[in-house]
Amino acid sequence: MTDARDDKYDDLLDAIAEGEGYYIECDNGHGSLPPRLACPQCGSQDISEEPLPDSGEITTHTTVTVPTPQFEDDAPYVTAIADFGPVSVTGQIRDAEPEDVETGDVVGIGVGETVTNEERLIVFEPR
Amino acid sequence: MSDPRVAGIGLTHFGKHPERTGRDMFAEAGLAALDDAGADPDDVEALYYGNFMGELAEHQGHQGPLMAEAVGLDVPATRYESACASSGVAVREAVKTVRNGEADLVLVGGAERMTNIGTAGATDALSIAADDLYEIRAGMTFPGAYALMARAYFEQHGGSREDLAEIAVKNHEHALPNEHAQMRQEITVEDALDAPIIADPLGLYDSCPITDGASAVVVASEEYAEEHDLDAPVAVTGTGQGGDKMALQDRQYHARSPATEDAGEEAYADAGIGPDDVDFLEVHDCFTIAEVLALEGLGLYEVGEAIGAAGRGETTRHGDLPVNLSGGLKAKGHPVGATGAAQVVSITKLLEGRHQRADDVPDATTALAHNAGGTVASATVHVLEVQE
Ligand SMILES: [Zn+2]
Repeated sequence: MTDARDDKYDDLLDAIAEGEGYYIECDNGHGSLPPRLACPQCGSQDISEEPLPDSGEITTHTTVTVPTPQFEDDAPYVTAIADFGPVSVTGQIRDAEPEDVETGDVVGIGVGETVTNEERLIVFEPR
Repeated sequence: MSDPRVAGIGLTHFGKHPERTGRDMFAEAGLAALDDAGADPDDVEALYYGNFMGELAEHQGHQGPLMAEAVGLDVPATRYESACASSGVAVREAVKTVRNGEADLVLVGGAERMTNIGTAGATDALSIAADDLYEIRAGMTFPGAYALMARAYFEQHGGSREDLAEIAVKNHEHALPNEHAQMRQEITVEDALDAPIIADPLGLYDSCPITDGASAVVVASEEYAEEHDLDAPVAVTGTGQGGDKMALQDRQYHARSPATEDAGEEAYADAGIGPDDVDFLEVHDCFTIAEVLALEGLGLYEVGEAIGAAGRGETTRHGDLPVNLSGGLKAKGHPVGATGAAQVVSITKLLEGRHQRADDVPDATTALAHNAGGTVASATVHVLEVQE
């Protein structure tokens, strides 16, 4: 890991932290996350930033008990994919016991920190 | 257009060899393959070499020329990196080159040194096959990614940890007589279910081990094999490769592998066969759920049906469609960059009747090798057929 910012990715996290998350939408309605110059689904370069819907729905999740060293002190933790409609996002679930997490749960999105290295990451909070 | 022949094969033992360098392991496999081929090494025109984590495990990049010199070859050598599909992709390049007439004799294979960096180090190194920004930073591990796929499969199609355990039990049983295999002990469904969970719903026995090893294959044109009287009855008659979005979040499906579907369709068409013609196959079972997704992606089962195949006995060595007679990645081991070419080695031995499990497929003529990278953002499929 370097200390350099990852522009566009870190810009998105800044925006999510402010409650102003966004995603990239192409003229065919495909959603994706930055940095993008072209739509990963159809290749269209006619893309724009659109507001990320306020809540998403958990489509799948796992409780990781054997982590990488970057998450040594975080485990066990729940990593999930949440469907926000035009775009899906991967993040960690906060404020919920692992055994209580279920697919279909409605979550909001935010930015948290890892316990191990205090690195920023995308988190989901049950609604 | 004639079909390239598998003229020679070589494997190291797959297991824990933390003290062995990659170059030492590939030299053993490569020289064994050249010896097995019985061809003049001076005739070899190129090396195609698969490796994934050499920079992290051995602080070694630019491994192509290093591996060529390790086997005593002075030829152009290129390393292919497509995560766990690295040597599957290398095999595809070798086959295409020989088939195109650009070379008559090439060496292809791969190696991976993994256990020297420990479980945490290997978990870290394996994770970089995922999207760093949007997956790794959210704590996704390699087992975690397949756990997300397994849960999605269970929710959409049903299935249970018991069904997955049956796959582990089968592949362990298959590996018992395989002297190259890392795990040669029989396990029960209860053993698998009682093992520690690493990323639920996947437990330790749903996962392939961390493995050191190397594999190599000599590929010859049909003309070269005939001219030099090589004993090479097995041909690669079809090759296919598919791709998908890097991150699971960007895919339409979490419980299907479109890259496998695309690679399979291309390979079947290339060989002029269909799923019904396959006698047995080696698939990329880095996790038990991956075997299920592979069998469905290859059109051998309807979507949602392969989860019970091992439990029903259909994919055991006594079943109609034996899967992973070598023990698969699960029991034979998964030295990442060596796996794709190692599958070709196992299949060739089975078709030629010189594998410990060859008696289970005595009349087989047609087999598939399915190799996958990451969460199947890369996949290769090769069709191997006996020609004589
Ligand atoms: Zn688009």
